Order: sequence, then C-alpha cells, then structure tokens
Amino acid sequence: MRRIIDFDKWDEIFGTIRRHPLRTFLTALSVWWGIFMLIILLGAQSGLENSFEYNFSDDALNSLWIYGGMTSEEYKGLPPGRSINFTTTDYDLVKDDIEGIDHVTGRYYLRGDVVITRGAESLSFPVRCVHPDHAILENTLMTYGRFVNEKDISELRKVCVIGRAVKDAFYEGNEEAIGTYLKIKEIQYQVVGVFDDTGSEREVEMIYIPITTCQSVYDREDRIHQLMATMGNATLSQSQKIEADVRSKMASLHKFSINDDQALYIGNGMEDYNEFKTVMNVMKAFGWFVGIGSIIAGVIGVSNIMLIVVKDRTREIGIRKALGATPYSIISMIVQESVFITAIAGYVGLLMGFGIIFGIDQLMVANDVEIEFFRHPEVSFPVVMTALILLVICGALAGLLPAVKAVRVNPVTAMKDV
Amino acid sequence: MIELKHLKKAYETEFNRLEVLKGIDLEIDQGEFVAIMGSSGSGKSTLLNILGILDEYDQGEYILDGTLIKDLSQKQAALYRNKFIGFVFQSFNLLSFKTALENVALPLYYQKVERQERLKLAEEYLDRVGLKEWAQHHPNQMSGGQQQRVAIARALISQPKVILADEPTGALDTTTSHDVMNIFRDINDEGITVLVVTHEHDISAMASRTINIKDGLIEN
Repeated sequence: MRRIIDFDKWDEIFGTIRRHPLRTFLTALSVWWGIFMLIILLGAQSGLENSFEYNFSDDALNSLWIYGGMTSEEYKGLPPGRSINFTTTDYDLVKDDIEGIDHVTGRYYLRGDVVITRGAESLSFPVRCVHPDHAILENTLMTYGRFVNEKDISELRKVCVIGRAVKDAFYEGNEEAIGTYLKIKEIQYQVVGVFDDTGSEREVEMIYIPITTCQSVYDREDRIHQLMATMGNATLSQSQKIEADVRSKMASLHKFSINDDQALYIGNGMEDYNEFKTVMNVMKAFGWFVGIGSIIAGVIGVSNIMLIVVKDRTREIGIRKALGATPYSIISMIVQESVFITAIAGYVGLLMGFGIIFGIDQLMVANDVEIEFFRHPEVSFPVVMTALILLVICGALAGLLPAVKAVRVNPVTAMKDV
Repeated sequence: MIELKHLKKAYETEFNRLEVLKGIDLEIDQGEFVAIMGSSGSGKSTLLNILGILDEYDQGEYILDGTLIKDLSQKQAALYRNKFIGFVFQSFNLLSFKTALENVALPLYYQKVERQERLKLAEEYLDRVGLKEWAQHHPNQMSGGQQQRVAIARALISQPKVILADEPTGALDTTTSHDVMNIFRDINDEGITVLVVTHEHDISAMASRTINIKDGLIEN
C-alpha cells in the first residue's frame, strides 16, 4: 500500500544523511554557494543600477544643457579664442525660435562663497538665479509656498526660494519661513517658498532667486551663464535634431563655425540616458553571464558529488538488491536524498543571500548612508526561485543518471566492489 | 524445492567466451542441507548466484518452489529474492552505517513492514543468534563471527524457503566456523533448505549431502 508521504522511506533517507555528514555537507555547500553568490551578485548589480537611476531622477531626462565655450577656429575674419557668452537674447532664441522646446531656463551663478544672513546668523550657501521653468528642469518639489514666477522676473522682485537644508539651518523646527527675510550679499530677499529635491543632498542646500533681479543687482548686464531646456516627448533622434538646430542658430547669432565644437557645449539628457541604458544593459548581461556561470558551477558540483556518492554506494546498492530492494526503491531513495539536500541547502543560501542584501539596505537606510554608486540593493524573488528550482532539478538528474547505472550493476559484482 | 535442468552459463568478453556452467542437472528437496564443493574456478559461485537470482543463465531451466525463474524483470527478481531466499556472504555484507538491529530489519523494510514491527522482529532474530545485547552496535564494533551471525539473522528474518551461503566460514577461524555451521544446522532443523558453498571438507561434512562441481559439471 502506498501512502502520500512514505515516512519509512524518509526515515531511511534521514538515517543515511545523518551518518554521512561530510558527503551531505559537500553536496549542500556547492548548491548553497551557487544560490548565495547569485543573490549577492544580483543584489550588488541592482544597487548600482538603482543608484544610477536615482542620480538621473534629479534632472528631467529630456533636457538640453547648453554652455558657452571658446571658439577654436577662425570664422568670417573673426579670430579664434573668443568667449561665447549668453545673454537674454540667447534665452529668447531658445525659447521662441527652436521648434520642439517646451521649457527653458537660464542660470546665473553668484560666484564664490555667498554669505547669507538672518539676524545674527551668517552662513554660506550656493545661489542660483533662474527662470520659472527651472523647477521643471530640476524636478524641484515645492513643500511650502511657490517657486520663482513670471511676475518675479518681469518686476525684478527681491524674492528667494530656499532648499530644505537652508530652512533647517536658519529656522527652528516648525518656525514659518515664508514671508521672512534673508540677506543675500547684503541685499534683503523675502522667502516665498521652500523646496525639496529628488536628487542628491547638495540640491537642497540651494537658494533660487529670479534671474532678472540677479542680473540687475549683481551684474548690471543681462548675462546668463548657462541655458537649460526640455524637449517634450522628443525621441532620441528628434532630440538630436533639436540639438543641431540650437547649435546652428547659436552659431549664426554668435558668429562661429557650426563645426567648432569648442565654441558651444550641449549636453543631451536623452543621449546620456541612452548611454547609461546601454552601459546598464551590458552590465546586466555580464551579471547574467556570471550568475548563470555560478549556477552551472553549482550544477557541476552537485553532479560530481552525486557521481561519487553513487559510486561510493555501489556496494550498498548491491546489498540492498540482494535483500530484495527493487530498482525503483533504490533510485527513488538516491534521487529523493539528493533533492532534499539541494533544496534545503539552496533555500538556506537563498535566505542568507536575501538576509545580507536586505540587511545592507536596512543599515544604509537606518544610518542615512549615501554612497554614490550603490543604492537600495534588491533581488528579484522569481529569478532566484527559478535558479533554485533549476538547481534542484539538476541535482535530481545528476543523482538519477548514475543511480540508474548503479542499479543495473549485477549485485554480485557490486558487492565485490570494496 | 530447487530443480535445475541442464543449466548453462557462459561469460563472454570481447575476445573469448568462457563457459562456466556446462549443463547442470540438480534437484534439492525441501529441508535438505546441501554443501556445494569445488575448487576455485569450478563454477560453484556462479551456480549460487543463479540460484539466488542474482545472476542470469543462458540455457536450461531453474524452477524454485514450483516457479520458473527465467527472464525476470529486475522488479520481479527483487520480489522473489525477498520472498524465497536469504543470503549469507563470505564478507558478511552488512551496511556499516547501520546498527546490527537495523541491518537485520532491512529486508522487512522492502516488504513494507512497519518500522516498530520490523525492529521488534529483528530483535527476536538477533536473540536467536545470541546477539541481543549487541543490537545497537555497528558492524565495525563486532568480531567476524558476530558479524556473520548478524548476517544470518538478517537472512532469516524474511522467513525464506532457502538459505544460500557463499563461503560463510571463509573469513572465520575454526571454532567460530563450527559455531556458525551449528546455527545453520539449527535453521535446517526447522525445515528451511540450506545450501552452503565451501571448499573446506570439515564444513561440507556437517551437511547431509555434498555436491561436487568440477569444470562446470556435477561429479558423481
């Protein structure tokens, strides 16, 4: 009579496992190692990938970053070595004359340490002078109040928007910042908003003021250090077309050769993201290559050990056959033992691997650790389960083949085999 | 009980063919105690393996307890071995990682007897060969004579019709050999057919009939 769970058989299997600790340990080790390494590898890889994704989340992906450089070629009688400086004209050019651009902002930096004062307290923070669209380009998240708006720009208002870190530095706990004044380079600005940022910690130490205010107060010209624009839902090729359009129009405005790549620098977020995706895919492929390698190594390890185990048990198999064991009972005993060991060892490897990855993630979160190239490591459970099941099946097959062979051996021959 | 009709067996290798059994005719009744004698290479071990359904034969017939043993599947062979035959080997062939008690109980595992039941029976059979105190010892903690007695208890536990012993005293000293043979005689007295393969005359002398094999044939 067959029972669903043959306790007697498991008893026999456990008995064998208990009395052969080394062989059990070696089988378990190769499976454990394969699964464990796979998880650590996938976890490390995802940590890297997540950190890149996170760093990209700081800025809009469809953005163009435009910087003036210095001409390196003679052009229409003009000598090389001229600096290309942007003004509001360039801002208007990008905003109005380039097809496919939906948001534009200029940036004017206050150079050096900018001293910010509130009452008796003076601290140094970076200051950027921008257009209203800057919030969209930087993915700035307003927590209180508002960002710089068109009215601030046209009326040259002395207002500022401060990052979370600036607020924490100047204001006590729940103290209201909106409506208060900060002195930036000896001029009073009213705080109209507090923001957070999806990017790094540096971004929330920032202070934004309207670019026109800044130009009139600190520059007395309408210079712009840098232009940034978004390109709506442009595809990669469309974005490259827009980039070329910007280059040619700026070339004719500033009179430099369109082929002079030192005169104007344009960073294309789509291109960068695409490059990053390519790098990530190569890394992923590499990760899979190594991961599958470690699984194969595990399978070979298990197969080898099963081969030795069965060889080791040839005599035992002969004895059991002489005592009336059917081939099926012997094969199923060996396979069940192998499946049991590989499944348990694989599961332990899985738990430990997950534990370590999860532990690292928790530690990093708890201690507020920010590592540039490592963030939120995670492992796909289905992938690891598939690997584990594969390993167990291979372990079973690895046990099955030599077991079938061993069972075919004449018991007399088997028993003489000492 | 056992009937052999013109049994032939040859071993073939790539280069030659060695005829080991050249036509054996033999009849053994139930309850007989038979010694099979012969020098090494005479074919006596091959004969014993065929009788024990551990090996196949080429020609002739082997009838065991009214059943023709020929061209059996591995499963059927296992079933008949378990049901009809108890083996005792020269090298004992106990499983070293099991205790004496577990070794004796093993054939009953393959008869699907419950664990408690088979351990109880195993203890009884160990008692019969005088080793009840040694039940929890492993084979390597026991002397050769003790191990062979454990093997005999194991052969008996499935209540076989025939006990086949291949040089059971080959690895034992004279005194122990006689002890073991006495156990076989006791078993035989209970009506179980016993076949002992040996090349020692004082051992064969304890059997009720001796069959001599020479060059694959029975000598008369």
